[in-house]
Amino acid sequence: MPESSDLHTPAIDLTGVEFHWGRRSGFSLDVPRFQVARRESVLLLGQSGSGKSTLLSLICGIVTAQSGKVTVGGTDLATLRAGARDRFRAEQIGVIFQQFNLLPYGSVADNILLPLNFAPERRQRAGDAHAKAGHLCQALGLPSGLLASPAGRLSVGQQQRVAVARALIGNPPLIVADEPTSALDAATQDNFLGLLFEQTAEAGSALLMVSHDERLAPRFDRVLRLEDIARIERAAA
Amino acid sequence: MILRLAFGSLRARALTVGLTVLAIALSVALFLGVEKVRTGARASFADTISGTDLIVGARSGSVQLMLYSVFRIGNATNNVTWQSYQDIAARDEVDWIVPISLGDSHRQFRVMGTTPAFFEHYKYRGGRALQITPGAGLDDLYDAVIGADVAAALGYAVDDPIVVSHGLASFTEHDDQPFRVAGIIAKTGTPVDRTVIVSLQAIEAIHVDWQSGAQQPGQSTPVEQIRQMDLTPKAITAAMVGVKSRLQVFALQRWINEYPEEPLLAVLPGLALQELWQIVGLAETALVGVSAMVVVTALLGMTAMIFSSLNERRREMAIWRAMGARPGVILGLLVLEAVLMAALGALLGMALLYGALALARPLIDAAFGLWLPLDPPGLRELWGMLAVIGAAALASLLPALRAYRLSLADGMMVRI
Repeated sequence: MPESSDLHTPAIDLTGVEFHWGRRSGFSLDVPRFQVARRESVLLLGQSGSGKSTLLSLICGIVTAQSGKVTVGGTDLATLRAGARDRFRAEQIGVIFQQFNLLPYGSVADNILLPLNFAPERRQRAGDAHAKAGHLCQALGLPSGLLASPAGRLSVGQQQRVAVARALIGNPPLIVADEPTSALDAATQDNFLGLLFEQTAEAGSALLMVSHDERLAPRFDRVLRLEDIARIERAAA
Repeated sequence: MILRLAFGSLRARALTVGLTVLAIALSVALFLGVEKVRTGARASFADTISGTDLIVGARSGSVQLMLYSVFRIGNATNNVTWQSYQDIAARDEVDWIVPISLGDSHRQFRVMGTTPAFFEHYKYRGGRALQITPGAGLDDLYDAVIGADVAAALGYAVDDPIVVSHGLASFTEHDDQPFRVAGIIAKTGTPVDRTVIVSLQAIEAIHVDWQSGAQQPGQSTPVEQIRQMDLTPKAITAAMVGVKSRLQVFALQRWINEYPEEPLLAVLPGLALQELWQIVGLAETALVGVSAMVVVTALLGMTAMIFSSLNERRREMAIWRAMGARPGVILGLLVLEAVLMAALGALLGMALLYGALALARPLIDAAFGLWLPLDPPGLRELWGMLAVIGAAALASLLPALRAYRLSLADGMMVRI
């Protein structure tokens, strides 16, 4: 497990965060307090365009808050330079998108191993990364021998599962998922979520998922609405 | 692995990438081809004469003397008297001297009067001697030895009769004194291939009844009588000179240039060629410049292609960013793709050039008398290819920097 062995350090801790996209955009996001504990799974509900993605960008260190503190796994992101934040993201966070998660021209293995290129420590944690990728695929119910095939040929459901394998390889302490089920049909959704929870628990990672779909709620430790934790303003356009 | 992904990304856009690579390949082939023809032409010119230390003619320009005496381009403005020729031949420094008399023609080919010593001392392509196969050298007064191109163009074989015309492109034929093809010179790739060689005496003989450039009406001296006459020429066009020791070249050259009886000019073939290159150099530079512009155009095309692909690849860049790639990696990735395309293009261009060269070599030789060597690519070509690849990297910085800024702005959350 990563450096901060203190089990009480939250996976995510936002305090007094104020963020706006440039001065004139009129969009601002204030988060007085938001925490996700280690190994906790949290569902954040919000309509599309409600600022969920901006919040995830803040947590992933893609954008930085104008004031307040964003701490991930005990590290204050504001203390890191841009390059170090990118490295930190690679080491500590597994990211799953809504869809189009994979580089279509790379093989499944290439895609799963991609973050390890930018995260030497995570690569070390993964051990025999190629074998690990195979195990993850197997655990996620992907046909064996899929590793070598081009990612672009997979079905959407398979692609999302490969994205989960990629997020989990090397056991990052935090998994961030942005509407990962919205491109899947109901049956596949359920199966997908089951696998996601199972593997996240196995890896010992915390899971923060944003979605507009309230039906997902029962599986999570905690369910929050974005408007409960954040104050969002946008200029009347 | 990143290199493999870059290759994969290119393969995934095979059509546009293929066309771009092809454009680069064609431009590189053109650029290297121009270079090849340029150096080939220079080498071919330089190969035309070797082993001759001085060329002597009436005073004119050194390039002009060189052109008309060795390359049969243009005409002599004046002749050298036989007396002067003999004075030079008598000098101590002179090892050998070969007179040349030009002025008549056969069809489109020039006729050159000389002595059998010409076949002994004229050397081309680093010291190679002329070879007369089939047939033999000049023996009889009315013998002619013809170049390979003359034989091929006019279908002549040994023992065929040929009639020499007076002057160049003239309708007056020396038909009263026909020649016989005594031998054919094996192909040399020099102007000798397009020359009809006869003896100096023969040139004199066919002009026996001529005065001031016109045939005396009604006069026709019988051949038998001509054979009895003294056919020592009164003048020649130029002479090729070999000296005993290279150290004496300049002394002899000065002596000839200061010859009091007649204004003469002696030039060193190598120096005259240098002078010629200075004149031709401007056109060469223009040619190289144009072909370089074609390379630049191809690279611009590539840059435009990368630019236009940026929008559809924003999603892909977001994935790289989300996986922890710094924006610098995105920039590097695009530059890497450009370098790969340029390298592929350069290699393909090289292959195209050599393929085309192998096919077209005989045709170019037949049409222009220019034998292009099929050497392995030299340092110059390699530098050229490196320059193309470097320029591609440089050009790709523009779209790469844009991608850098886009990926900073988009982060990992692009909605497309």
